[in-house]
Amino acid sequence: MDLEQGDRVQIVKNDVVYEGIVRPSNTEHIVLKMDSGYNAGIHPENAEITVVEKKETEEKTQFFKPESASTKQKSNLPKVSILSTGGTIASKIDYRTGAVTAQFSADDILETIPELSEIAEFTGNVVYNVLSENMKPEYWTELAKTVSKEIENGADGIIIAHGTDTMMYSAAALSFMIDTPVPIVFVGSQRSADRPSSDNAMNAICAATVATSDIAEVTAVMHGTTSDNYCEIHRGTQVRKMHTSRRDAFKSINSDPIGFVDYSNRKIETISDYTKRGTRKLNVREQIEPSCGLVKFTPGTSPDVLSHYIDSGYRGIVLEGTGLGHVSTDWVPEIERAVNSGIPVVVASQCLNGRVCDRVYDTGRDMLKAGAIEAEDMLPEVAHVKLMWVLGQTDDFDTAIEMLKSNISHEMTSRSLC
Amino acid sequence: MSEKFDYEKLGLKCGLEIHQQLDTHEKLFCRCPTKLRGTNDSNLEFFRYIRPTASEMGKTDLAALEQSKLNRKYIYKAYDSTCLVEYDEEPPNEIDKEALNTSLTITKLLNMQPVDQMHVMRKIVVDGSNTTGFQRTAFLASGGFLETSNGYVGMDSLCLEEESARIIEQNTDSTKYSLDRLGIPLVEIGTAPDIHSPQQARETAQLIGMLLRSTGKVKRGLGTIRQDVNISIAKGARIEIKGVQSLEQIESIVENEVERQINLIKIRDELLQKGAHVNENMYDVSEVFADTQSKIIKKALKKGKVIAGVLPGFAGFIGKEIQPGRRLGTEFSDRAKTSGVGGIFHTDELPNYGITEDEIESLCEYVDAGDNDAVVLVSDNEKRSFSAIESVIQRAKEALEGVPEETRKALPDGNNSYMRPLPGAARMYPETDVPQVEISREYFESIEMPELLSDKINRFKQEFGLNQELAEKVVQSKDLPLFEDIMRTFKYSSNINATIVARTLTGTVPELRREGVEVDSIKDEHFFQLFELVEDGKTAKEGIEEILKKLADNPELSAENAASELGLTGVDTSEIEKFVDEVIDNREEFVQEKGLDAVGPLMGVVMGEFRGKADGKQVSSILKQKIEEYLSQQ
Ligand SMILES: [Zn+2]
Repeated sequence: MDLEQGDRVQIVKNDVVYEGIVRPSNTEHIVLKMDSGYNAGIHPENAEITVVEKKETEEKTQFFKPESASTKQKSNLPKVSILSTGGTIASKIDYRTGAVTAQFSADDILETIPELSEIAEFTGNVVYNVLSENMKPEYWTELAKTVSKEIENGADGIIIAHGTDTMMYSAAALSFMIDTPVPIVFVGSQRSADRPSSDNAMNAICAATVATSDIAEVTAVMHGTTSDNYCEIHRGTQVRKMHTSRRDAFKSINSDPIGFVDYSNRKIETISDYTKRGTRKLNVREQIEPSCGLVKFTPGTSPDVLSHYIDSGYRGIVLEGTGLGHVSTDWVPEIERAVNSGIPVVVASQCLNGRVCDRVYDTGRDMLKAGAIEAEDMLPEVAHVKLMWVLGQTDDFDTAIEMLKSNISHEMTSRSLC
Repeated sequence: MSEKFDYEKLGLKCGLEIHQQLDTHEKLFCRCPTKLRGTNDSNLEFFRYIRPTASEMGKTDLAALEQSKLNRKYIYKAYDSTCLVEYDEEPPNEIDKEALNTSLTITKLLNMQPVDQMHVMRKIVVDGSNTTGFQRTAFLASGGFLETSNGYVGMDSLCLEEESARIIEQNTDSTKYSLDRLGIPLVEIGTAPDIHSPQQARETAQLIGMLLRSTGKVKRGLGTIRQDVNISIAKGARIEIKGVQSLEQIESIVENEVERQINLIKIRDELLQKGAHVNENMYDVSEVFADTQSKIIKKALKKGKVIAGVLPGFAGFIGKEIQPGRRLGTEFSDRAKTSGVGGIFHTDELPNYGITEDEIESLCEYVDAGDNDAVVLVSDNEKRSFSAIESVIQRAKEALEGVPEETRKALPDGNNSYMRPLPGAARMYPETDVPQVEISREYFESIEMPELLSDKINRFKQEFGLNQELAEKVVQSKDLPLFEDIMRTFKYSSNINATIVARTLTGTVPELRREGVEVDSIKDEHFFQLFELVEDGKTAKEGIEEILKKLADNPELSAENAASELGLTGVDTSEIEKFVDEVIDNREEFVQEKGLDAVGPLMGVVMGEFRGKADGKQVSSILKQKIEEYLSQQ
């Protein structure tokens, strides 16, 4: 029996008749979408199968378009570019695997969230279409270039639709790469956009509100609580995904968020200082050195791990140490060897919250003596991104160390306030 | 038969959809308990909005759109017995095996066949009753049948799905739900439209209910089973009536819906004859009511408008009755209410509500309505009013075509009211977070069939000597498993029989409950202890009620302690024998005269001493024995 997806077939098995459209199956079963809307899987063994109707030559899938989506965009509003990178802000169902995959173009976002057209005049642009977990540092460079081109072309704000798994890395990267005169806002959704309960619409509406505000920073705008009450505006270098699945997974670590967007009235309230629109001139430094490692130390981890990085040609290493920023004493000689070979070693803490301080205990002092530098209150992942960026900017070891020690984009503070 | 209509001639077709909660330990897609909670126990509250989305096949879902008209806020109450899955903050876990097994048992009981591979779907529901905006549901079985006294009724589908959240409060712009109920496993059984009379509808529902309870794995009590009825007559349309509360109501629901369809068809014919049609224009008639004395309109005008629609040729029809106490105007009003307004006014019922004859005259003039035309008014916020009048015009259009296909809600009086348009098939797409479940032939065949309740009644009569009434009562009771456990324990006992146990569980306990005794605090083990006492002759069965009362008030006591605190224990046979000897000594003459017939009258004397402490049967046998002894000595 030659069955194609889209054929209407009838299957008789155990005296029961099933009729429906053939859908993809990942087992031997024939999966039918029945007229009731339900799917049923029938094993072809002992089944009588008849094709009722071959599929139409062109199987068109039409998607629901809200009426207001066709309303013309208003031209007196600020211009915002929505750059799509894939991820769950825009997703569709994959029948072959049964999984949700990123598929929509940037335009689809406008179509499903018509309220956006009241906020700004949008252009959509697909930069790339990768699953969040498949993101690579090289893509940040590409993204930074696209963003700067959009700003040069007159965009008053940028929204970057991004998968949530690696959003914090991209946001940190762009924070280092771009001095921006306009808001650059990352947004995503923790519940896929195909569901009525998705957080995509509220997050996108709040992101658009920030994109048209005077907050000229790289930010991530996501749900502040489990309710649909407000979004938080996080700085790109201070944000971290702190929960696998909740809507309010994104938190500012070691700082307050810049502010909040009230979803009910789209009002922004800021609680931290930020760079105002137009204060900075656009400047892009997008080069990167991806060959940097982030190594987590846990009890008993052999210094061989570190040796591997040194001997495999890594250009820089971030150590995620325990507590105040420690690794075991037998790592110290390897740290020294790395630094002597011109590989910067930055120490961050797996506590995430708080500041690295290697001057308190002997081991820490030994690590510093070996040449390690402290990440201060920088998140380990942000330190990793910063290291890649710094090494993309300079080949000189001392300049690199100088840059690593100084605050570039609010990734580290000099006073611990929380 | 004295039926109100000739259902065969009308071409009545009726199908049932029965939703039954399963009594599993865990919810269908998370490992939370299936317990309902008091809303005061809630430890978290949050709110969401719900947006309709595209569905797999691309068709817009009418039902979904209608609900979204009312951009509502949905507030959820959570508990320490709910988790992130209910909050739509975590993907669902695997499907509960216990629920699947019970569903397969039901599949067998309804003579159905399961699919080889079950796929969980997302069925779009945007009234907020599911935090996800969809209900997870899976098609499990089909192709079954049941036999009724009026012929076979096909069992078309069995779906295993998650129960929705429990509604607590409905406000104009928000709805409050409790998450304790969300996710409890539910089977949905759909029959074929093979039912041809109200009586058959009731019989089928009763039969399905009996089979469901036979599994011993379904929840009991208010709201745990819900019946929907699909009804159509040949010239009418398919109407889905939701939420029929009781089996008794099914008959009147079917009857009244047939009446509604007959009347709507009659109205259609008359309207067409009169050349009635529909005018799509809507009019802002607020200025007509600028100086009105009508309190309702005055109040609405402070913030809103009065909007009117004209229905040419409809005069006199809007007031026509279509169901006992419900008119065509009620149907219009139901539709208008979906826009959030309180109701409508129409010229068939005016002047009234403070609206004067003069105002009606200027209104008709304003909208250019003649004597044969009806005018419908809504006074509320402008957007809502326009939307409401639009709905009324739409419903009027449908009146010219006959019976509109709708989902309707059962009312307590057997009538029904508009709920939403019939849902289309476009509401479903695969739930990709839950893997498909394979159901092998061997697995299905290994599922054991329970004893049917109808068979159980017969068995109890034969095996335990229960009478029909008591057997039925026990089998219908939620204490059936306890009854069976007790009978297993006291199978070979001499003083405990099924009648005593059944009377206690289905008679004494409910009676005490009616008297206000906290019988729910009596534990199962108390019953075992109590019957043990009776079996051992340590207390009399006459004391059961007193002891239960004591245990209800003091559940920390054992049955024996309760009995002894009440002084209902500790009589041994020698004490009774001694007392009987005394009684016979004091009444020698009487005993000599009456012989063995003295047993009856003397029983009263002895029982007066030992009531509640000693078993009557035992007393009577001692008395008889002693009298025989006495007589033989003479
Ligand atoms: Zn749960």
